[in-house]
Amino acid sequence: MTSITRRTLMQGGTAAVAAGALTGPALLDWAKVWAQNAPWKPEKGAKLAMLRWKYFVQSEDDAFVKLIDAFSKATGVPVQISRESYEDVQPKASVAANTGTGPDLFWGLYSLPHLFPQKCMDTTDVADYLGKKYGGWVDSAVKYGKSGNRWICVPICYSGALMNYRIEASKKAGFSKFPDKLDAFLEYTKAMKAQGTPGGFALGHASGDANSWVHWCLWSHGGETVDAKDKVIINSPETAKALEYAKALYGNMIQGTPAWNDASNNKAFLAGDIYWTNNGISIYVAAQNSAKQIAADMDHAYFPVGVSGKPTELHLMYPVLAMTYTKYPQACKALMAFMLEADNFNPWIQSAKGYLTHCLNAYDNNPVWTADPKTTPFRDVAKRTRTAGGLGSVGEKAATAISDFIVVDMFANYCTGREDVKGAISVAERALKRIYR
Amino acid sequence: MADIALKSSVKAPARDITAWDRLKVDRNWLGLWFMLPAAAFLILFLAYPLGLGVWLSFTDARLGRGGEFVGFENYDFLSDDATFWLTVFNTLLYTTVASAIKFAVGLYLALLLNERLPFKAIIRAVVLIPFIVPTVLSAIAFWWLFDPQFSIISWSLVNLGLIDHYINFLGDAWNARWSVIFANIWRGVPFVAITLLAGLQTVSPSLYEAATIDGATNWQRFRYITYPLLTPIIAVVMTFSVLFTFTDFQLIWVMTRGGPVNATHLMATYSYQRAIMSGYLGEGSAIATAMIPFLLLAILVSWFGLQRRKWQQGESND
Repeated sequence: MTSITRRTLMQGGTAAVAAGALTGPALLDWAKVWAQNAPWKPEKGAKLAMLRWKYFVQSEDDAFVKLIDAFSKATGVPVQISRESYEDVQPKASVAANTGTGPDLFWGLYSLPHLFPQKCMDTTDVADYLGKKYGGWVDSAVKYGKSGNRWICVPICYSGALMNYRIEASKKAGFSKFPDKLDAFLEYTKAMKAQGTPGGFALGHASGDANSWVHWCLWSHGGETVDAKDKVIINSPETAKALEYAKALYGNMIQGTPAWNDASNNKAFLAGDIYWTNNGISIYVAAQNSAKQIAADMDHAYFPVGVSGKPTELHLMYPVLAMTYTKYPQACKALMAFMLEADNFNPWIQSAKGYLTHCLNAYDNNPVWTADPKTTPFRDVAKRTRTAGGLGSVGEKAATAISDFIVVDMFANYCTGREDVKGAISVAERALKRIYR
Repeated sequence: MADIALKSSVKAPARDITAWDRLKVDRNWLGLWFMLPAAAFLILFLAYPLGLGVWLSFTDARLGRGGEFVGFENYDFLSDDATFWLTVFNTLLYTTVASAIKFAVGLYLALLLNERLPFKAIIRAVVLIPFIVPTVLSAIAFWWLFDPQFSIISWSLVNLGLIDHYINFLGDAWNARWSVIFANIWRGVPFVAITLLAGLQTVSPSLYEAATIDGATNWQRFRYITYPLLTPIIAVVMTFSVLFTFTDFQLIWVMTRGGPVNATHLMATYSYQRAIMSGYLGEGSAIATAMIPFLLLAILVSWFGLQRRKWQQGESND
């Protein structure tokens, strides 16, 4: 075992990344050395409370708890972790921001810090330190992390939502490879429905799955909610084309999708009711535990590429932010940096089994991406994703548009026939104009 | 001797009655102090939030920061908002249909329970269960019962051969509306039934006897004796029932979150979504404040419409 000295620690970076797992006493020793040398020394008597999203993969949470333990033992800062369903993190954080009390740290969805940027602690120093040490941040992470010129959060990881599909059924429908173009994908859904193995995308207020596919559908047809100057441009022929395409897809889905939340497609896929959907890797992980024949028969694929020839996907990012009302800002920064250090981040990503993707380039080499080929597509989601708001600013307005389900409702209105194309677009346009005024 | 006796029989001079003395026994003064704890409670937890909510509806407050006074801007925006009017429609539909059916079923149940029955006490306790079970739990159960893919109702009907595909309960707009109305009725009937039952038991049997002697039929007894004497109770119970149904949040939020496509969004759930989830406190408060006229109307209808008999106001019978 290499002895842990300041020299080996400073030689970190890409070398240590590939080395991977430190556990148990080794982790603790390393953590103690890290704590001594970290640029942020926790305040005396510091105590932290963090609210994070409830795990989707149990092993990820276990590894996280170990990580926090090591931090606490090394720095003497107890950290209390509470977990909420990830769509409930935002309301709780909003209330805490409004009232000025609550957990010191929040780990939630991408848009969270941008809902109250003035209440988020400046984390530019932490972000710069990590970016320099680990090969730089991916573009979308920089966009998400900054508000103006300062970083208001630290992007920790992305959760990719890609196509999940059943291999045998797809082969029988005539597709040995998952379609990678829009027309081919529509044919695929038609064929799958014809042979009695349909799929489905969520059209209800599913913050993750619904937003993920409707934005892909809108963007892949060239439609945009706003332009680079935040002017609302959703009323366009491209948007109309996207709506028509979605309606055609809807005709090939099973019933009930307008009532789906984020868990519904997981349940349906694992029950064998649907044969294609969009989701993170959680279906695959659950199948490996409880439905092994589905796990063996399923695979993942990128979303079909649209008119621009480039990927137009939207993947969830989970940043950690600290509130300005915290009594222990140095301790918060120390914890944020600790989470992303290689000796912590690598084993943690591995235990997430592909559910979480890194956004610092040095972590491309983590073995979790190659150990199981079905996991590999998730490695690049941080690089493939566009940011919330598309061309427009990543900020409060984009965050509100997403949490208001404006684009989701536009697609749902048209697909279910509640509105015609003009009506659906004008409802969305009106709501967007109010947000982006 | 006589001197001593005289001295001891002389009373002490009466002292003046001060204002404080008068105040100490003044009923209004004492009443005020006794009322103060309850008033403080009500003001702090009812009046203040209500006032704050109405004030917020005139500002552009966002969650996470305060706002400035903007006048009627929020209401202006809502008056053109298709989703808002949809929630008004949904709320009115939900309240009217659910309350009407709850009243009918509750009254019928009360009349039945008023008869001689074996195990009456147990039956009454069982009837009360849907109301006692925490709403969230029964809502989750209904959510599973009405799931488009996993409904036990659909499964049973398919296995009995009555239908050939699962019913799209919560994925279709109108089906979802009827599903949540059904869940609300299931939950609310016991409240109406038990309260009306209590009212029924105050009706003097001698009235029924007199009517029977005069040859009244069952329907006539109900129409001319039971119903008029019940109207004050009905006014109270239906006011509460309409108020609670109109402002229902838990059932909708757990079952459908307002979906599909906002078809089951009530004003309360829409207000929450706008205020807390999207952070538009001003607009959310405006939606919530918009409920007040409807609620006032319901109270006025029950107050003036159902309390018109003189004897209900405390005067003698007409």
